Amino acid sequence: MQRYADMFSALSAKNQGAFVPFVMIGDPDKQTSFEIIKTLVESGADALELGFPFSDPIADGPTIQHASIRALDNGMTPTDCFDVIAQIREAYPSIPIGLLLYSNLVLAPGVNSFYQKAADAGVDSILIADVPLREADRFIEVANQHGIQQILIAPPNANDDTLKEIGEKSQGYTYLLGRAGVTGAETAATIPADELISKLTQYEVAPPLLGFGISKPEQVTAAIKAGAAGAISGSATVNIIAENLSDDTAMLAQLGQFVQQMKQATQR
Amino acid sequence: MNNLDSKFGDFGGMYVPELLIPALDQLEQAFIDAQADPSFEKEFHGLLKDYAGRPTSMTLSQNLVSNPNVKLYLKREDLLHGGAHKTNQVLGQAILTKRMGKTEVIAETGAGQHGVATALACALMGLKCRIYMGAKDVERQAPNVFRMRLMGAEVIPVNSGSGTLKDAVNEAMRDWSANYDKAHYLLGTAAGPHPFPTIVREFHRMIGEETRAQIMEKEGRLPDAVVACVGGGSNAIGMFADFIDEPSVRLVGVEPAGKGIHTHEHGAAIGKGTKGILHGAFSYIMQDKDGQIEESYSVSAGLDYPAVGPQHAYLHDIGRAEYASVTDEEALNAFQILARKEGIIPALESAHALAHALNMAEEAEDGTIIVLNLSGRGDKDLAHVHSILGDK
Repeated sequence: MQRYADMFSALSAKNQGAFVPFVMIGDPDKQTSFEIIKTLVESGADALELGFPFSDPIADGPTIQHASIRALDNGMTPTDCFDVIAQIREAYPSIPIGLLLYSNLVLAPGVNSFYQKAADAGVDSILIADVPLREADRFIEVANQHGIQQILIAPPNANDDTLKEIGEKSQGYTYLLGRAGVTGAETAATIPADELISKLTQYEVAPPLLGFGISKPEQVTAAIKAGAAGAISGSATVNIIAENLSDDTAMLAQLGQFVQQMKQATQR
Repeated sequence: MNNLDSKFGDFGGMYVPELLIPALDQLEQAFIDAQADPSFEKEFHGLLKDYAGRPTSMTLSQNLVSNPNVKLYLKREDLLHGGAHKTNQVLGQAILTKRMGKTEVIAETGAGQHGVATALACALMGLKCRIYMGAKDVERQAPNVFRMRLMGAEVIPVNSGSGTLKDAVNEAMRDWSANYDKAHYLLGTAAGPHPFPTIVREFHRMIGEETRAQIMEKEGRLPDAVVACVGGGSNAIGMFADFIDEPSVRLVGVEPAGKGIHTHEHGAAIGKGTKGILHGAFSYIMQDKDGQIEESYSVSAGLDYPAVGPQHAYLHDIGRAEYASVTDEEALNAFQILARKEGIIPALESAHALAHALNMAEEAEDGTIIVLNLSGRGDKDLAHVHSILGDK
């Protein structure tokens, strides 16, 4: 499982950061979701961050909550989500694919079984939104058994001990939170202080990708300039889906344009 | 790492976004400091005594049990200011809020009882208070919404999800993750992430301690069983806590069976649920095979929650406590029995525990002593029960 490392070194050679869009698998439905994810890749996404719809997403603002509801209303199950991922993996063998989801979906089939299914579908990394470092060991252990990289979150309020532990345990990349609160494009990310970035370097955390409140190319440029390895944009991407539910052609065109603009902003 | 044990066996824990860990650690430390500080004890107990009306009485029922040699006592939390046990722990957490230097309080409420308790504590202590309440509950519980607003709280209807308690909890946690610097999340039951289950238990444990002292005075021995209703489980854990190490005392929790636990319309997380994570804790929850959380149901809004506090899950698994369930119909029946035979109108929540306690009393051997925690009074339920029973 070298896809993240390969991606970062290839980008580094081109003097670029990574742009990683997030969408909810199955939003608005299984087939359209597959087309959406293909469009993201074809338009220049360096990696994918994909959500599993969940009934009670406590870390998400209204945009991603509604994406979950749309997918659940259309009957999306975790099995359907793994189907979509397997199709994407078949079409794009080298793009890093990360999951971002909630712990109860991982527990329901059994932690080991969930990671096995993820590995079989071609998943590279898993980030569990409601599993902090303190509860992460049992998941990391299973992840390692299945060749999956467990992604950890570095919040803006993290103390030195937390950053040090993330440095020891993080794999693939580190999800650097751009601000407090829940997901959403309504409140912009704060570009992290040099101090935090230099600490991340000092503790040798996996390359940090800045997320939460990233919706504009200028923010991508600023994040990379501040020392992030790239940026993740979820709610802004999902908003384009939500605003074009009645017109798939316009939705895919706008998504493509958005990803291209965000990707262009990753040039150092 | 935590200074207190964050788990009960495998249950409990802190399954929350990393962002909230510093706020939970701060709360844990504030709780530890307060427990060691005589001035906290003085303030908390002063309020419980002079403001809330503790100790509450314990009443021997006169006409409920047919066997004159079986005694059923009622621990009268219904007499507490605010109308239910909830006032206890809310006062404790409000003092902690001030000790942490925070000026705002966030809370969730289902039926509005925890919201009313939070609002009164915040009014008393000059804290700014906002309460998330499912939009459906705001409609169903108009008198409690008015009570909260009268006491200065802002009530925020939640439209996301099912528009009930679990969605209000989600929204309160979202608010907290943006505002933990100045706001305390005053969680309303013995559930959620550590340290809430422990704090809420400790701030309700006087229920069991008073019961012990009162029964020793009246009977000269411990009861054979204590019985309490379980939604999230705060009144029950408050009653149980002081008896956990007394193996002769049966601990009996009563969950809501709604329209029957064979239906999908109930709230018996221990009885019919499976293990999983909701709202920050590993416990018994109601979920489908994929792990999506299911809606709970009960005639009693205070028991209508698809999870249960993690210590109850643990006490169940180790066999220390037993958990039964009671249907809407049985609870409504017990509600009327207590009103007619003892002149006490119980909360529908407490009526669940009463229904089971009455069955226990009827089957009990001579000399048995049972204490029922009458966790709240029924004023809030009058309109609802009237609409169900009509003018019978």
